[in-house]
Amino acid sequence: MSSQPSLVHARGLTKRYANGFTAVDGVDFDVRPGKAFGFLGPNGAGKTSTMRMIACSSPVTEGTLSVIGMDPRTQAREIKAKLGVVPQIDNLDTELSVRENLEMYARYFDIPREVASKRTDELLEFVQLDERAKDRVEPLSGGMKRRLTIARALINDPDLVILDEPTTGLDPQARHLLWERLYQLKRRGATLIITTHYMDEAEQLCDHLVVMDKAKIVAEGSPRQLIDDHATREVLELRFTDATRAALNGKLDGLADRIEELPDRHLLYTDNGEHTLEQVNQRQIPIESALVRRASMEDVFLRLTGRSLVE
Amino acid sequence: MTTLSQPASNGALATAWARVWRSRRLVERNIMVYRHQWIIILSGVFEPIFYLVGIGLGLGAIISEVPLANGQVVPYAAFVAPALVATAAMNGAVFETIFNVFFKLNYAKTYDGVLATPMGITEIALGELLWALMRATLYAVAMFVIMFFMGLILSPLGVLMIPAALLVAAAFAAAGLAGTSFLRTVNDFDVPMGLIVMPMFLFSGTFFPIEVLPSWLVSVIQLTPLYHGISLIRGLSTGIVGFEQLLSLFYLVAFFAICLWIAMRQIERRLIK
Repeated sequence: MSSQPSLVHARGLTKRYANGFTAVDGVDFDVRPGKAFGFLGPNGAGKTSTMRMIACSSPVTEGTLSVIGMDPRTQAREIKAKLGVVPQIDNLDTELSVRENLEMYARYFDIPREVASKRTDELLEFVQLDERAKDRVEPLSGGMKRRLTIARALINDPDLVILDEPTTGLDPQARHLLWERLYQLKRRGATLIITTHYMDEAEQLCDHLVVMDKAKIVAEGSPRQLIDDHATREVLELRFTDATRAALNGKLDGLADRIEELPDRHLLYTDNGEHTLEQVNQRQIPIESALVRRASMEDVFLRLTGRSLVE
Repeated sequence: MTTLSQPASNGALATAWARVWRSRRLVERNIMVYRHQWIIILSGVFEPIFYLVGIGLGLGAIISEVPLANGQVVPYAAFVAPALVATAAMNGAVFETIFNVFFKLNYAKTYDGVLATPMGITEIALGELLWALMRATLYAVAMFVIMFFMGLILSPLGVLMIPAALLVAAAFAAAGLAGTSFLRTVNDFDVPMGLIVMPMFLFSGTFFPIEVLPSWLVSVIQLTPLYHGISLIRGLSTGIVGFEQLLSLFYLVAFFAICLWIAMRQIERRLIK
């Protein structure tokens, strides 16, 4: 391992399933303690497979993987004792109540009954489910189930929390509450690994991001760094009438670092959107509407993981 | 040489034991689930009693006596009752490992959650087995007590019916686990329940000596586990123990081991991808 100890260390990590499909193809990454580490990528990019290997629930096909200094191949139970896992699909125990879900989970970790009960109280309060403690799991809303799953992942006071798409399918209120809780966790010093395809989530929560596409890592860095490296400072969005669009051939050339043509609008990547807009007007191209905005992770994501690009 | 290999084998043994010991957590979980629904468990106590009264006493009034293999003649109720200890053990084990495990494996995804903790496949399989065994033991002991008070235990060897019922339950629990791990949809239940469990219950010498059936059918029946469970338990209850009971004992032990091995392998295949 390198001089600064990493909590998760992967080199040439590969996952190939029995049907021959390669979900993760030789990826390298290091997760530093106390940081929030994000995996971004479209569906099928290999994020979940990577997470499942880290969580010791899917065997590593090839490569090196160490989690909290241990080898998932031989020390899965020891690693799992120190992990908190929030899977992509909730797998709460539907035959137990909200409270029992946490208490029983604690028992799987050999936590004594009294400690389990105390920690259950704290966690139910932390995720704002204390009033539903005696209810069954099924009637809970999606957001509540997600919060309960997060509480469950924290029952063993884990060194590393793995969250696979923690907020997918939730309404904005539930998402913001979850983000707040995750942020609190981070402040307490927990290390988080998060997969998401929400760019705002990645920007808000993660210190370090890797972008995965087609089983490989295509970019890596802090959210700011990724925007600097892969997008310009601003984006000018232009809409034209169909007639103008048809007659556009090449008239926008040279106005921006990169021009992307979408079915409904053109994106001009530039450092000064207003200035570029002026130039467009100077060339006397009739515009239906124009919008100048800051470049975001979404621009980076779409650039790296594809959409037809015109450069 | 022995001194060198000693620590390693000790370590492996300690690891194996730690897993067996940790499997009790799943029993704890099942107790938590049934804490509010003891009536479901209890209903299984009555089923063999109903059979004993309905068939053992009811038909017993007409049939009165049954000749055993060695020519000894016993009252019909004393013939049926030990068989019902075996079927109670079977039913308790099979219902738990077929229906409940199927639900947890395929619909509730309960084990996926459990596997994210220090629990592994071994712990899950053994935990479910242990729990099914406990449920089956309750039924077998209840039947034993009733037999005792009705004077249907004809030999002091009858005490051994309880460990024998445990073995029968273990064999069927392992078979249930192995079978369930292959089932994909709810409709798949019809085959094991309708074509295996039900005919076994009726034709394994439970209510009549199998010798009355055609000889080819007798040979088929002698290959099934319930036949051996009944042969062993009835032998102990009536005190007629011989080579056949020893054979049944070995059969059940081997059947248990093979089924457990299949179950572990298959459950791992289903849960770890």
